[in-house]
Amino acid sequence: MLELIAMWIIGVGLAFDLFGCIGLVRLPDVYNRAQAATKCVTLGTCMILMGVAIRAFGDPNWSMAVKAILCAAFVLLTSPVAAHAVCRGAYISGVKLWEGSVEDSFVERGEEIRREQAIEGSGDREKTETA
Amino acid sequence: MSLFIQISLAVLTLSSAMCLYRVGRGPTAPDRTVAIDILGTLVVGFCCLMAWRTGRDYYITIAIAWALISFIGTLALAKYLEGRSYDA
Repeated sequence: MLELIAMWIIGVGLAFDLFGCIGLVRLPDVYNRAQAATKCVTLGTCMILMGVAIRAFGDPNWSMAVKAILCAAFVLLTSPVAAHAVCRGAYISGVKLWEGSVEDSFVERGEEIRREQAIEGSGDREKTETA
Repeated sequence: MSLFIQISLAVLTLSSAMCLYRVGRGPTAPDRTVAIDILGTLVVGFCCLMAWRTGRDYYITIAIAWALISFIGTLALAKYLEGRSYDA
């Protein structure tokens, strides 16, 4: 019974993984791809881990179950942080939005960060020149 | 049972192939970085299915280590994209 539940959960997780990767291939720019793929694949992998944990609880194989839950919590915490950092880096490095995008709320803050970086960069150059 | 695991591994392999397509094709560097991050998360799921198949729990230890290394690598690539030095 527990094994059947675990197989259902893993099947749904695999569907999420597959659709997330289809989104990674089909969508038009970096930001769309990152949001589709990150959300779907994070949830899908967490569901696979939960399925393995449920099956290990029924087995019972306690160390495997606890490690699987730990790994699911870790993936759930770190994957959105990594995707956010990559998208921020993409924006600051100057990747354009898709021409069909309707709003860009990060314009002012992005300009501010770029100006700060330009000032820091010139400061570094002066330092190396005086040294 | 065994068939279920084999089909699951095939689906994950197909997803990984799509990620590799984006790594090779992606027009900009952030595209490739996102695809590599997603590939790392898929490998975690792959390791868990191998743990189910073989019944050995060290595969999940490998999955935890892989998730950690993948996270740190993606953060380093993101800081590189942002144009700052690694210690700032």
